[in-house]
Amino acid sequence: MSAQHVEDRGLLRFLTCGSVDDGKSTLIGRLLFDTKAILADTLTAIERTSSKRGMTAVDLSLLTDGLQAEREQGITIDVAYRYFSTGTRKYIIADAPGHEQYTRNMVTAASTANLSIILIDARKGVLTQTRRHSYLTKLVGIPHVVVAVNKMDLVDYDQATYDRIVADYKAFADQIGLTDVRFIPLSALNGDMIVDRGERLDWYDGPTLIDILENAPAAHTEQAESFRFPVQYVCRPQASDNPELHDYRGFMGRVESGEIKVGDSVTVLPNGLTTKVKDIQLYGESLPKAIHEQSVTLLLEDEIDISRGDMIVSSAEVPAQTKQVEAIVCWLSETPLSPARTYWLRHTTREVKAKVASITHRLDINTLDKEATSTLAMNDIARLHLKLAQPVFADNYTDSRATGAFILIDESTNNTVGAGMITGLNT
Amino acid sequence: MSTLTKQTLSHLDWLESEAIHIMREVAGQCSNPVLLFSGGKDSICMLRLAEKAFRPGKFPFPLMHIDTGHNYKEVVAFRDKRAAELGERLIVRSVEDSMKRGTVVLKNENESRNKHQSVTLLEAIEEFGFDACIGGARRDEEKARAKERIMSFRDEFGQWDPKNQRPELWNLYNARSHKGENIRAFPISNWTEMDVWQYIEREKLELPSIYFAHTRPVVMRSGAIVPVNVPLMNGELTNLPKPGEEIIDLQVRFRTVGDISCTAPVESDADNVEKIVLETATTTITERGATRLDDQTSEASMEQRKKEGYF
Repeated sequence: MSAQHVEDRGLLRFLTCGSVDDGKSTLIGRLLFDTKAILADTLTAIERTSSKRGMTAVDLSLLTDGLQAEREQGITIDVAYRYFSTGTRKYIIADAPGHEQYTRNMVTAASTANLSIILIDARKGVLTQTRRHSYLTKLVGIPHVVVAVNKMDLVDYDQATYDRIVADYKAFADQIGLTDVRFIPLSALNGDMIVDRGERLDWYDGPTLIDILENAPAAHTEQAESFRFPVQYVCRPQASDNPELHDYRGFMGRVESGEIKVGDSVTVLPNGLTTKVKDIQLYGESLPKAIHEQSVTLLLEDEIDISRGDMIVSSAEVPAQTKQVEAIVCWLSETPLSPARTYWLRHTTREVKAKVASITHRLDINTLDKEATSTLAMNDIARLHLKLAQPVFADNYTDSRATGAFILIDESTNNTVGAGMITGLNT
Repeated sequence: MSTLTKQTLSHLDWLESEAIHIMREVAGQCSNPVLLFSGGKDSICMLRLAEKAFRPGKFPFPLMHIDTGHNYKEVVAFRDKRAAELGERLIVRSVEDSMKRGTVVLKNENESRNKHQSVTLLEAIEEFGFDACIGGARRDEEKARAKERIMSFRDEFGQWDPKNQRPELWNLYNARSHKGENIRAFPISNWTEMDVWQYIEREKLELPSIYFAHTRPVVMRSGAIVPVNVPLMNGELTNLPKPGEEIIDLQVRFRTVGDISCTAPVESDADNVEKIVLETATTTITERGATRLDDQTSEASMEQRKKEGYF
């Protein structure tokens, strides 16, 4: 093994939210630049573009400019993913555009993140969009929030300004129930408090942004979880030349939560039969256990008929089996939701038909007001009830993101039109 | 019993696990997928991931290579050897056949055939009725790829519409398509060049020899190292030097391997994977910046090619 494998703290996925004006692209550019994820030729290309646009310094925000269509309009349309590594941890940034009409993109970016960086322009303080981003962060269940008060250089690195913003934000965070919030003053433009501390924020003695990221808890490591294993694929190599494999039945999938050991009692849904784990395999090797997010093959003691869409779970904590769910849904499609239509609902590896039974209310994500409605337009967020043709095996989203989330698919176009988070299960 | 597990997967284990999950989703959701295998380093990783995803069973898909006819013979030989070792079916479709059919027309004899692979790929998709193509593209390669979905929808003409992509949330992938349309699935989307090399090192994966430092005749052409007099499978030489160009013998290795006309090597003395990992950690030039002559045509050329059906 070579030198850089000193310690591997795994991988952290985080989200950056803010508008173009908050300096979000500059912040990401700075993170990539200061962690040496940007190489010379990329830098040369953006230097060229910066000077073409009449700028004197290199505009790091150009690093995250993606599509031609976006460059033409000078805005970000879609979620982009960026990567950097510190040697001890790998990071995946989901960069979501900040505009109100892109709520669906922020929800998309947030769905896989374990930490959210919310940018505030120090000159402007807590704005409507700050509240929107915070609320969506809470809604999508991102457990950790870092409020980055950026552009401190434009307020002369004034501590009182920072303190005022922190106090404002805290009041709002309490109101919506955001619990783990950390604050940091920074200047993405000058690189203060990102990777290096800089010299102009002496009054701040907390960690730099990269320190916060390095020490942020990884997903699945903070609360006790129940074992959930949606079956993706069944391996039955009967025709193989190896006679030992003729009775092989391997259930392939990923441990979505919890952990599993050889000998553990498991229950198979929907048939409800209980057996024990005989072996856990990966590429011919037997493993004593498998943990959250690990893709493996399970072999069971008893011969049970199991196919894709079934779920193997801990016998001690069986999830709800239900044909009625209550959920918060974000509508993603330009075609509005129609309560008269049937949609495909994809939950883990299971796909069932679904219809809206009732829409409880739509949420105004700026004011958090609840409004009555009979349909949903793109970017709307609503609480609703769904009826399903077959049961799903689900947990509440707040208990388990992987088994509490679903998407809705338009039967005719096959487009993904809705994203749902289960809030109630009627069994 | 619910348990609190403080342990997490290492970053390579996490990436591997995600890729396995994606491959199994393609196999579970699509009826006739295919895995694109060129013999290049990314697709070599893809084969190991497919083994981890599906062994002891057979792969639930064949392998396919779209051969431009201008590939390094070391890579073509490696491709055939690896497919045979795995006992999996390899389909090869060639841009030269599309040229004979008249569906690919080169502007001139020396034009790069790289972008014309799209035509041959679409013809092969139609011929076999594939509803999903699994490929080894990575989001860190190029900025048009940074916004690519893991399961990316293509219409009947193989076109990618960057402004109208299916939202992709959690790990719930939507690989549904109508007849004639298809899905491009990218299991190693979240990997970087460094991750790929670390994985090759960890898994002790064999690679074609041209990935390691070797001496070959090259010329310097507008700042790039251009290999010349490259022998093809049939013994014919391609990439002949232009009049007046000075041929030098240089120690080089390839960071990326594709059509001979558009992949350039870098100067290097890294003759094993460990040295390459170290070199990758300290390089100052991106993988495509150093080596892909076709991406430099315009700032948006990858975006353009993808819209036209390119991988």
